[in-house]
Amino acid sequence: MDMLKVVMMGLPMTIVVTVLALMIGSVIALPIVAGLRSKNKLIWLLSRGLVDILRGVPPVVWLFILYYGITIGAVKLSALQAGIIGLGVVAAAYLAEIFRGAISSIPKGQWEASSALGFRQATVWTRIVGPQTARSVIPAYTTFAIGLLKDSSIASTIGVSEIVFMSNQYARQSGEGIMVFFVAAAVYIVLSVPLGLLSRRLDIKMRKAVAR
Amino acid sequence: MNNLFEIAIEYGPTLLGGLKVSLTLTLLSLVIGLPIGLVFSFGVVARNKVFRYISVFFVEVGRGAPALVLLQLMYYGLPNASITLSAMASACLALTWTTAAYSAELIRGGMQGVPAGEIEGSNALGMSRRDSLRFIIIPQGLRIALPSLMGFAVLLFQATSLAYSVAVPELMSQAYSIGSSTFQYLPIFIVAGLLYAAISVPATWLSVWAERILSKHL
Repeated sequence: MDMLKVVMMGLPMTIVVTVLALMIGSVIALPIVAGLRSKNKLIWLLSRGLVDILRGVPPVVWLFILYYGITIGAVKLSALQAGIIGLGVVAAAYLAEIFRGAISSIPKGQWEASSALGFRQATVWTRIVGPQTARSVIPAYTTFAIGLLKDSSIASTIGVSEIVFMSNQYARQSGEGIMVFFVAAAVYIVLSVPLGLLSRRLDIKMRKAVAR
Repeated sequence: MNNLFEIAIEYGPTLLGGLKVSLTLTLLSLVIGLPIGLVFSFGVVARNKVFRYISVFFVEVGRGAPALVLLQLMYYGLPNASITLSAMASACLALTWTTAAYSAELIRGGMQGVPAGEIEGSNALGMSRRDSLRFIIIPQGLRIALPSLMGFAVLLFQATSLAYSVAVPELMSQAYSIGSSTFQYLPIFIVAGLLYAAISVPATWLSVWAERILSKHL
């Protein structure tokens, strides 16, 4: 049981990294989505390039750039800060694509009807397009969140003491590498199952709300 | 900026050598993992309980556990069971597991996307279950799954960067060792990042293009 205790000591850090990176990602994704939908070619190109570069470089490279590469004056990011910011920014790129896809899946008629009814832009987004997007984005968003939960393990490479970091230390000290990593795997699976179930239930509930 | 060029020229060959290892690792994992994924895609819904349980175990652990955990399991864990693999072999094994697990789900999704009429048609023609799988369901299912499999291959290529943690001499590992001997961390990681992007960005475009082309015929 000692083993499980050590692995669980990493759990808070895993959750902190995942939740904060997801929050940062969701917020930064919004201006990027606006850029991806922009009619201005230059803005579009910049946002497209940003998304492609963020997604094209492996997360571990971003974390290393932030952690080892960047010193602003005498200020250096801590491993935790670098981990959260790095994963958050990469998440923003993926989430921007997810949001963009969900927005473009809103039937054209909804836009046409709202402009025919003379709604203001703000009303269209808060009352018509926004809620429908939120509904269709839920499955992809939770799938991504579960993926991010697993990706938070990458923060162990720069020394954030989350689940994998703790398991690794335990494996080296005790030599029980097989068991401890299976326990770690089990913890990740146990964490992601309820998230998946929740998303499915929400999705079904919201689908019922708009029976077509 | 000057610095970046100098670094790129001086350490370019070493980094390219690392990139070759990354690509080899990606290719090996795909070549071994995809056929296993195909088998698992049938396994998870098989009537035979042993086959089903084994498949479900490998698929669920392979998708549920981070690739990093599988990597470390193979490298630091297996020696406890008196199986010692080289870094490359353990990385390959771990990423093959990931590939098999994810592709099993993607392929299963593809085969569910084959229109019911196709299957009814093959039944109506009196094809055996095996023939209809071989000639009707698997070819079309794979075609539907192809864009998402390509998307996965890009993620797999990026995941090979994690193999640095078990000392496989791939791109990330080369960049790190150059960084720690020259203390030029920023430029070297930027060059490494650009090398990764040079492969994965066009590959992503290719998968988007494939999706557009293939969905035309459905």
